[in-house]
Amino acid sequence: MAYSDKVLDHYQNPRNVGSLDKESNDVGTGVVGAPECGDVMKLQIKVSDDGKIIDAKFKTYGCGSAIASSSLATEWLKGTSVDAAAEIKNTQIVEELSLPPVKIHCSVLAEDAIKAAIDDWKAKNGKKTEEK
Amino acid sequence: MKTPIYLDYSSTTPCDPRVVERMMPFFTDAFGNAASRSHAFGWTAEAAVEEAREQVAGLIGAHPKELLWTSGSTEANNLAIKGTAQMYKQKGMHLITAVTEHKAVLDPMKYLETQGYKVTWLEVDAMGHVDLKELEAAITDETILVSLMAANNEIGTMHPIREIGAICKKKGTLFHTDATQQVGKAAIDVIADNVDLLSLSAHKMYGPKGVGALYVRRKNPRVRLTSQMDGGGHERGMRSGTLNVTGIVGLGEAARICREEMDSEAAKLSILRARLQDRIYKELPDAVLNGDADNRLPHMTNISFPYVEGESLLMGIKEIAVSSGSACTSASLEPSYVLKALGLVDELAHSSIRFSLGRFTTEEEVDFAADRLITEVKRLREMSPLWEMVQEGVDLSQVKWTSH
Repeated sequence: MAYSDKVLDHYQNPRNVGSLDKESNDVGTGVVGAPECGDVMKLQIKVSDDGKIIDAKFKTYGCGSAIASSSLATEWLKGTSVDAAAEIKNTQIVEELSLPPVKIHCSVLAEDAIKAAIDDWKAKNGKKTEEK
Repeated sequence: MKTPIYLDYSSTTPCDPRVVERMMPFFTDAFGNAASRSHAFGWTAEAAVEEAREQVAGLIGAHPKELLWTSGSTEANNLAIKGTAQMYKQKGMHLITAVTEHKAVLDPMKYLETQGYKVTWLEVDAMGHVDLKELEAAITDETILVSLMAANNEIGTMHPIREIGAICKKKGTLFHTDATQQVGKAAIDVIADNVDLLSLSAHKMYGPKGVGALYVRRKNPRVRLTSQMDGGGHERGMRSGTLNVTGIVGLGEAARICREEMDSEAAKLSILRARLQDRIYKELPDAVLNGDADNRLPHMTNISFPYVEGESLLMGIKEIAVSSGSACTSASLEPSYVLKALGLVDELAHSSIRFSLGRFTTEEEVDFAADRLITEVKRLREMSPLWEMVQEGVDLSQVKWTSH
């Protein structure tokens, strides 16, 4: 299958690969997906006292599009606020990376990972997750 | 050395230049219809077709009259399975196969199920073998056909077809083997192996695409088929359609070359394969071989690289043409049904690569492929949350995943 240049770039030069201390209170960790589906994403955010994401890291087991989706997500997360991060939609990732229909689930997974990381951070810091 | 390097000979092979050379005149000067009985153009074509029949028959120990030309193995499998099922319907409506067969066997079997036939689907063990006692017990007076492949297309495991053939003969049922992967790579003899029907394809043995053959036993027992393609009554009425003379000539020449060179080629390829495997295992000791290490085709190896997903690995080694057992490109996200049938855990099934070497593979190519692969597996592991968890001592089978 043909990959877009942006997917190839993120795959070859992934941004922000790594881990943050998951025990730390200012770090939120989201792990989504399952080995049986061929994708597992771990996404972490480090949040400052004023609710700003000062660092983001990922590790992904999955196809090139899954790696690119999570790499892109960390780029977008860094420097933004937790509230703005919660608004990131998978469709934005699909558009940015020109993902084909069979790879849309990769972007959904990235959105889920962002939300899971935010929820984890909120839970640690006594903040209630907003009801949707 | 030219890249990309082709290590996917089990998908298809290039035509041997000798095959192409032999085919060439049949496109232009010797273009006759093998069924034309009234002039020299037809006679020339017919003679070439019959020579090819002898060449292919010679490779599998058959009589030339026992071969039918088809468009390939898929058609041969369909004809063997549906053709015997319909012909012997009176005997019973039961067929036996295994879950690791190629789709070209599984799907005709599934079709027969919709037509009221009963199919027994044999499971396999971790190496890809059916239990012969279970096979024997499954055969009843109503069993028309047992269809079990000679060698598996994903893992290369070779079924003990001689024993399977003997069981079928003893129990009085027909035995079909899809030998697409094995013919021309490892010996097969329809008499000694008690095979009643055998499918083969030219493009897996350095011949052209679009041509294959079905061996149909003529005596002890005489096997009859209901044709699936009706028309001009070619191939004794069992497969109508103007013969692909050029392709058949190519298949014949490919078979001749395989017959002469198979033994030396197999020896060379198993050495190259060992070289590939040794290099990989040295750097990646937790790589896992899939299938039967001993009873398998000499040119193939299927290896899982734990904690790395197959498709992303292929993307990283795009200078090397190989196949992955991961099917992340399809909508299903299901890994290979063959690897799942072996009982592989998901993270291994999604992480497998099939390497298949061939006539034109060199040592230099093997070394390059191994080194590129090792580098990429290591890079992707640094990116893999599963690898990280395992390093931290997490048992992946105990993790509660959020499936999507």
